[in-house]
Amino acid sequence: MSFRLDAAGLVHPNGQRALRRIALAAAAGERLAIVGPSGAGKTTLLRLLGAALRPTEGRVEVLGANPWQLGAGELKRLRARIGVVHQAPPIPPRLRVVTAVLAGRLGQWSAAKALASLLYPADLSGARDALARLDLADRLFDRCDRLSGGQLQRVGIARVLYQAPALMLADEPVSALDPTLADAAVGALVAQSEASGATLVASLHAVDLALKWFPRLVGLRGGEVVFDLPAAEVTTALLHELYAVEGAVLPTQGNDPAALDRLRPVASKVVPLNRPGCR
Amino acid sequence: MSALAAPAPLRDPQARSRATALVAAVIVLWPLALLAEFRPWALFAAEPWRVMGGFLAGFWPPAHGPEFLGLLLTATLETLAIATAGIALAFALGAPLAMATTQALSVSRLGPGPGRAWREALRWALRLVQTVLRGVPELVWALVFVRVLGLGPAAAVLALALTYGGMLAKVYAEILESSDTRPARALLEAGSGRLAALGHGLLPGAAQELVSYTVYRWECAVRASVVMGFVGAGGLGQLMDQSMKMLNGGEASSILLVFLALVLLADAVSAALRKLLA
Repeated sequence: MSFRLDAAGLVHPNGQRALRRIALAAAAGERLAIVGPSGAGKTTLLRLLGAALRPTEGRVEVLGANPWQLGAGELKRLRARIGVVHQAPPIPPRLRVVTAVLAGRLGQWSAAKALASLLYPADLSGARDALARLDLADRLFDRCDRLSGGQLQRVGIARVLYQAPALMLADEPVSALDPTLADAAVGALVAQSEASGATLVASLHAVDLALKWFPRLVGLRGGEVVFDLPAAEVTTALLHELYAVEGAVLPTQGNDPAALDRLRPVASKVVPLNRPGCR
Repeated sequence: MSALAAPAPLRDPQARSRATALVAAVIVLWPLALLAEFRPWALFAAEPWRVMGGFLAGFWPPAHGPEFLGLLLTATLETLAIATAGIALAFALGAPLAMATTQALSVSRLGPGPGRAWREALRWALRLVQTVLRGVPELVWALVFVRVLGLGPAAAVLALALTYGGMLAKVYAEILESSDTRPARALLEAGSGRLAALGHGLLPGAAQELVSYTVYRWECAVRASVVMGFVGAGGLGQLMDQSMKMLNGGEASSILLVFLALVLLADAVSAALRKLLA
């Protein structure tokens, strides 16, 4: 069991409710995409799973432990096994790309190694390999303020690839990338999950991308799980209901409605679509 | 039907609170101005200017005899040594205090996590320590240490270390909090230690401002060491004290020129370091 949420709910300190009675669990190595309209609670859900937010109701269990019953040291070690791709890469502009990527393992390194790495990067080849998987190896020694928004977002992904965590959480990881790069970047995350057996949970804006790469889709709306289905059983009707835009266009890569043509309009028991990279 | 009544005119909802703040500020500041005998029009009377002119005329020309210049050089080096040693000790005291108190590196805020209450209490207690350190003027600390250590620069160095340590701690912590704290927060959420999160998440964005403030404090320490020289802590201040007591305006103006040069030096150092860190 990689994580389990039991009737988890979250009300922000300002009284605004973000999540209500979420029940969600995943086995180790599973890959889930979370889809839903903006403001549905996708980010908050990922922050619950990342032990960054404490639920106000219900229970969270991540990597075999309830983070909020652990002592400070155990919680720190648990967090080091969780990697998060943030929607806006939290990388200081003056940092070099190599340092930004190596920061993925700060949770595993001693303070002395972490500080020494600021003077001379501790693992040049490791950083280069992670960047190469996102086609960015040539920017290794550039400063992050020299990168475009899309390149910086991929540096944020490379950081998590380098961290090699047991649970990868990606919050709109490709929102600044064009369709081709987005596809490759999600592919890199999926490949990491396949190679290391890490669980991958990604919130995605583009429904076609979610259907292509993820065997399981979770629809979230108004802080509640609307559906939790194998990708093969997700229908356009369900998605239209989720986005409450009956008849309108569903969000896809580059807003290309043809991207969803393979999707069946209603549920049926036919053979699942062939999705490369999925098992 | 009154359903189509004219809509209420648009008003800035903050207008009332802003006006209240303005009136409150005047009410508070006016008696303070009276207490401080703030009467700027006195500057436009002629008589004080004549007295001042006579006083300043004694300052020209600056003293430049070889013997005095030798004394001036020794005193300048002593002042530089006091200020630099004082700031170094203040940094050694202030940097860990700032790291301990800044909210930007609080791990227990995430979640909130375990030990939130007592860690907040610890922060509060350490902030109290900072307040005590910088609440006592360096001159008072110097008077205390002169009694313990005797006349000489050591008292000034310790006095600077305590007062400036408190100041550095407070301002460092606030600079870290007002810079972009998301990178450090993301690192802490990924299990990073506080020191590592400081180095990889906060310093890249805040280093320039931290250096700038530290050099500015060094400049202040030069001036403060002069004031402490008046109470026997050595350096330029002691020289200035002697010159003023002997009503030797020329020597005083030479010393003031050295101050000016030191401030310019601090500016140059600050600009060079900021450029290096840009």
